[in-house]
Amino acid sequence: MTIDFGHPDRPNSYIGKTVPRPNAPRLVQGRGEYVDDMVLPRMLHVAFVRSPFAHARITGIDAAEAKAVPGVVRIFTGAEVAEVCTPWVGVLAHLQGLKSPPEYAIAVDRACWVGEPVAAVVATSRAAAEEGAALVEVDYDVLPVVADMMTALDDDTPVLHADLGDNLAFRRVNEQGDVDAAMAGAHKVVTAHFTTARHTGVTPEPRSILADWNPADERMTVWHSTQAPHMMQTALATHLDIAESRVRVICGDVGGSYGIKVHVYPDEVATAAIARIMGRPVKFIADRLESFSTDIHARDHEIEAKIAVDAEGRILAMDVDDWTAIGAYSVYPRTSAMEGNQVVNLCGGPYDFEHYRARTSVVFQNKTPTCQYRAVGHPIAVAITEGLVDMAAAELGMDPVEIRRRNLYADDAYPVTSPAKMRFEGLSHHKSLDLLLDLMDYDGLRAEQAELREKGVYRGIGIASFIELTNPSPFMYGIGGARISAQDGCTVRMDPDGSIVALSGVTEQGQGTEAMLSQVVAEGVGVAPGQVHVITGDTQVTPYGGGTWASRGAGIGGEAALRAARALRDSILEVAGAMLQSDAAGLDIRDGEVVDAKSGEARMPLEELGRIVYFRGDTLPQGLPRELVQTRHYITSEYPFAFTNGVQASYVEVDTDTGNVRLLKHWCVEDCGRIINPMLVDEQIRGGIVQGLGGALFEEIHYDEDGQLLNGSMADYLVPMAAEMPDMVIGHVETPTKESSLGAKGAGEAGTAGAPAAVMNAINDALRPMGAQVTHMPFTPERVLRALGTLKD
Amino acid sequence: MKASVAGYIRANDVAHAVRLLASADGMGRVLAGGQSLVAAMNMRLSTGDMLVDISRLTELEGVTEEDGRLRIGALTRHAEIGRNPLIQTHAPLLAEAAGHIAHAAIRNRGTIGGALAHADPAAEFPACILCLNAVLHVTGPDGSRDIAAGDFFHGLFETALEEGEILTAISLPKAEPGEVQVVEEMARRAGDYALAGLCVTRRRAGYRIAAFSVGPRPILATGAMQALDAGDLDAAVANLAEEIEPASDTQASAAYRRHLAGVLLRRAALRIEGEAQ
Ligand SMILES: Cc1cc2nc3c(=O)[nH]c(=O)nc-3n(C[C@H](O)[C@H](O)[C@H](O)COP(=O)(O)OP(=O)(O)OC[C@H]3O[C@@H](n4cnc5c(N)ncnc54)[C@H](O)[C@@H]3O)c2cc1C
Repeated sequence: MTIDFGHPDRPNSYIGKTVPRPNAPRLVQGRGEYVDDMVLPRMLHVAFVRSPFAHARITGIDAAEAKAVPGVVRIFTGAEVAEVCTPWVGVLAHLQGLKSPPEYAIAVDRACWVGEPVAAVVATSRAAAEEGAALVEVDYDVLPVVADMMTALDDDTPVLHADLGDNLAFRRVNEQGDVDAAMAGAHKVVTAHFTTARHTGVTPEPRSILADWNPADERMTVWHSTQAPHMMQTALATHLDIAESRVRVICGDVGGSYGIKVHVYPDEVATAAIARIMGRPVKFIADRLESFSTDIHARDHEIEAKIAVDAEGRILAMDVDDWTAIGAYSVYPRTSAMEGNQVVNLCGGPYDFEHYRARTSVVFQNKTPTCQYRAVGHPIAVAITEGLVDMAAAELGMDPVEIRRRNLYADDAYPVTSPAKMRFEGLSHHKSLDLLLDLMDYDGLRAEQAELREKGVYRGIGIASFIELTNPSPFMYGIGGARISAQDGCTVRMDPDGSIVALSGVTEQGQGTEAMLSQVVAEGVGVAPGQVHVITGDTQVTPYGGGTWASRGAGIGGEAALRAARALRDSILEVAGAMLQSDAAGLDIRDGEVVDAKSGEARMPLEELGRIVYFRGDTLPQGLPRELVQTRHYITSEYPFAFTNGVQASYVEVDTDTGNVRLLKHWCVEDCGRIINPMLVDEQIRGGIVQGLGGALFEEIHYDEDGQLLNGSMADYLVPMAAEMPDMVIGHVETPTKESSLGAKGAGEAGTAGAPAAVMNAINDALRPMGAQVTHMPFTPERVLRALGTLKD
Repeated sequence: MKASVAGYIRANDVAHAVRLLASADGMGRVLAGGQSLVAAMNMRLSTGDMLVDISRLTELEGVTEEDGRLRIGALTRHAEIGRNPLIQTHAPLLAEAAGHIAHAAIRNRGTIGGALAHADPAAEFPACILCLNAVLHVTGPDGSRDIAAGDFFHGLFETALEEGEILTAISLPKAEPGEVQVVEEMARRAGDYALAGLCVTRRRAGYRIAAFSVGPRPILATGAMQALDAGDLDAAVANLAEEIEPASDTQASAAYRRHLAGVLLRRAALRIEGEAQ
């Protein structure tokens, strides 16, 4: 029996409703359990000595003074850790040509970025470990630094990793049709140069790990603030040479991840290696300062791009030359080529056109490694695409809405394959745009804008259509050889009291996964969500799965949970049928009770069924299956990814004297397929938009030409704060994916994907009467004034 | 990072605090609101301090009228400065400035004495008291003395306070009838230190302008003041640009800050015109 989602009043109709998060009271009452809350007997703390140089040979380490600090127990160099921990190489087979050198948990003879660990100090407290770390004397021979992205491949730039031959980590061209011919024959060709700044994710809870090697039973238990416990299990087992089955990764509460916590970090592996060597639990909690220099960075791109249109505003071709510098190593195991790869896959995404060429060049440099951060590549691709579309519209004297109308894939065009070879199962660009224009009162806003301009007030409206890649199949990582599960599983069981336990391979990072799972399982079985206890984040307990990334929790994990819940429901009803001497098909479970499906008449509470099955099984017919536990796995198979779509709009006011941009209002209409929990989806969209707005206006990691990080603290790396955030209006269109019975696609990254482009277009809309344009993010007051020509020196 | 502190004692009164500081071998450090000091300790920018906590010395708190002047205890919190009726009436500049400082939690703890002693060139209160021509009252091992605001700020985080001295209060003339006092600043985000800021007052004797976040210490822009007195706003803007010494950092270049200071001066002048009417 399938669920009739068309009926909001159906029994147990929890899917599609806002239900409270089961973990919220615990978290707001301060009863969460984060890694840092864990205290184990014999536990030690580790602090790392980190390279102050962007590139230097390590010629000696003198730890004598550090050893004398009270509380310091032991000090490790890279070579010592390397004895039990093999280096890794962040490449994937399907990213052809991607190269990266072996990376050690602690640098052995050369440090390649400011912040790379060069020694570890283990002590009875973090304070003592830091005290010791400050006294470790490292001798360095400073080496030439590669800091600049665009000259990284020049002949006179030193090669960072001599064995690799050059500084090119990866290059890919995605090409379709005849771009040059289309450009040559076009009515107009618009060219622009965009940059997106280096960001980092700034999780409220920093990276945290507590590793315990128990030599007695030769098992490693790791409490880890991570998005992907099973992936970490593999990584730690592989590099510490422990059988995978003897590594258990437990992930309790996580205070935000945003993609930052889905990677293998040298200091975290070093912590596990040290625990292995010492046979004692060792804890590492990154502090805020080291977060800035060692959490992955992202989005450092420079792009030259062109769009060709005909006289009617039809897009003929797009040509994109994307460059990104990824730091000194490709991050393991997802690689640092993925972001550039996404850019060349996603540009032009919403539009129906023919000729496409996008190239990404991924280079090494002496900076913190970059990798996947929320909405990987999307904000860049959307900014390029939507920036160009608006510029083309301006060239043609066409309204930005009109040019989109003429080019967006028609809502009945699906299934369709884009010029970038992305396959779309079903999107709703036009419907979404209709709803957006309605929500924002586009015409009214344009009138207000014109009126205010008369008074010298410069307001702008920016629109950005986008696609978002969600629910990935093994095409994302698995085919490249990474042991990263695209499949996910859920085990659902009924206990004697009639309550339900659901164990899932997707994880809770604060986004509400457990709420989502509880309501899916509640509806699937037929109980109230409060009757469902969800367990995630323990490799020894949950079914094998991928965890949280690429907006897959609801679409993949939710479907597995629904299938397992429905299977459990069937098992329960089979037992109930035998007990009640009724046909199981004529029974249903509603609100924790077995009922007659037609009349709704109560037949037996689940509690009673539990009592009989677990304690008086003797009264049931022999041979009656009585497994009140079911497991199901789910993987997408028809499409490599479930694409979602949406459109955002931003309304801004530009102070042309100071260059300051005020965000007045923001709208987003998005289509994530079936909405399981409207509140959670809206929260994801809003939070995502905030991160996108941060990129548009505030966030930028600065380095000097020696590769020194200049703004590694919350005081000068500006994250978006409440006061600057505009009111946001969120609307939805629902086009469920046909691949699953649940029909859910992802919603976690849509906000981040579209927001920067919407703001850029809004600012440029405001500046257009003055002939100014900004394309370098973040759009600081100074950049706006420079675009206006106010500042010249 | 974990702070590395040599010791902590809570003072019973000012004399006790002065004795504690004197016995700390040069490592004594007054702890007031802790909103700058604790942050610095947690980044190990300050280590080995012997902390002398004065935060409970109620004798250093509060605002009073004394000999026709306003006296503000060093421990008066930013939040109190923002809402105190005496300050709102007699030194509205300080009340307005308080609203620009950081966020509510920080304003509830941070003290005006701490802000002045810390002497961050981007902070509002140092420029305010320079603009208002205040006097700082300090007590040390050799007794008490007064320092004019104009002599107090020496450079980046440097003041006229001697080793072992405690700032106990400031006093300042009350605003004259018809006097207008305004703060104009711009920050990237609400509560951030300003990219540039100006305190401007207009009294019978003329304008006073103190600029912050545009040099190593708050700057009294006398050239701009004279030009404004002469009614020449353009010249005032030009003079101001000459008088300030902004630096470039990751938020904005010196050129931007220089330009911004001019914009702020025009806005302040406009506001003063408006408010005076
Ligand atoms: C996130 C954040 C944002 C901020 N933004 C702003 C801002 O926009 N504008 C702004 O002006 N400030 C800002 N501040 C700083 C804040 O105003 C501090 O409260 C203030 O600078 C210091 O006051 P305090 O009482 O906290 O002093 P403390 O931190 O306790 O002390 C600061 C220094 O002054 C010394 N000191 C303190 N009191 C005395 C005294 N009575 N006599 C002698 N020495 C003394 C201490 O020894 C120490 O060296 C911000 C702070 C934070 C954390």
